[in-house]
Amino acid sequence: MSRPPGRKQENNKISRELFVLTYGALVAQLCKDYEKDEDVNTCLERMGYGIGVRLIDDFLARSAVKKCHSYSQTADMIAQVAFKMYLGVTPSVSCSSAAGNEFSLILDKNPLVDFVEELPAERASLCYCNLLCGVIRGALEMVHLAAEVTFLQDRLKGDAVTEIGITFLRKPEERKHKR
Amino acid sequence: AAEQGEGENGRCTTKLESMGFRVGQGLIERFTKDTARFKDELDIMKFICKDFWTTVFKKQIDNLRTNHQGIYVLQDNKFRLLTQMSAGKQYLEHAPKYLAFTCGLIRGGLSNLGIKSIVTAEVSSMPACKFQVMIQKI
Repeated sequence: MSRPPGRKQENNKISRELFVLTYGALVAQLCKDYEKDEDVNTCLERMGYGIGVRLIDDFLARSAVKKCHSYSQTADMIAQVAFKMYLGVTPSVSCSSAAGNEFSLILDKNPLVDFVEELPAERASLCYCNLLCGVIRGALEMVHLAAEVTFLQDRLKGDAVTEIGITFLRKPEERKHKR
Repeated sequence: AAEQGEGENGRCTTKLESMGFRVGQGLIERFTKDTARFKDELDIMKFICKDFWTTVFKKQIDNLRTNHQGIYVLQDNKFRLLTQMSAGKQYLEHAPKYLAFTCGLIRGGLSNLGIKSIVTAEVSSMPACKFQVMIQKI
């Protein structure tokens, strides 16, 4: 939704409303296509994955970031650079395991739910923004980091905050190439 | 099997079109909250070609033609959803999938402005395309 400064700003920012309404239409269509919440969630995650494996190239090209040397750096990168670049928000990051491979992103603001007040009663288990989990998972996979990404808490479901959990699945020592 | 494929394709484009319709309705609602009433049908179509297209695609429609009897042809010479694809014939058959949502967008926008229409699109050479709007007199 935005470009780094120093480049022509106008042409590559999508209208926020168009983006948010389109996402809503996508979720609504999936709800028509699938009866079960779990199926919609899976579909959203899979679509997100397809986006993530390509988005990473755009991210790396535009952000010109240096290689991350730890899971913690990676999580920070996702929250502070990627989320900012594509959604204009910066979730706060915290490490939630002693092992150093589990992280939690708290989304204070989330443009995707701009027009969503609450989930319909019959869709109580819907992970409305599950696409984001797939995007993160797909992008990480392309930089050789396997991860599980899920919504741990969701304000739309009545939780206090919206929290995305990222669990990196392999310890750094197990990686073949150490730089 | 080819027919099945076509049926599937047709269902997909129908779904995309109806998604576009919903979004078009929502967008127009937000755009025109504070604008004055439109003079006539042509005024509305010009709005679609200029303001609406600019908000959505960051550019205006390049050419608007009409027979003044309810048919409008909107030409975009560099349609933003097609510019990332090879300009030759290679992906021409897939272009309709990338146009369906936008057809719905136009139809939905017009619908909320009180105009019932049928919107179709065609690509003769990438990335140029034409959207044909047929106003339905109720």
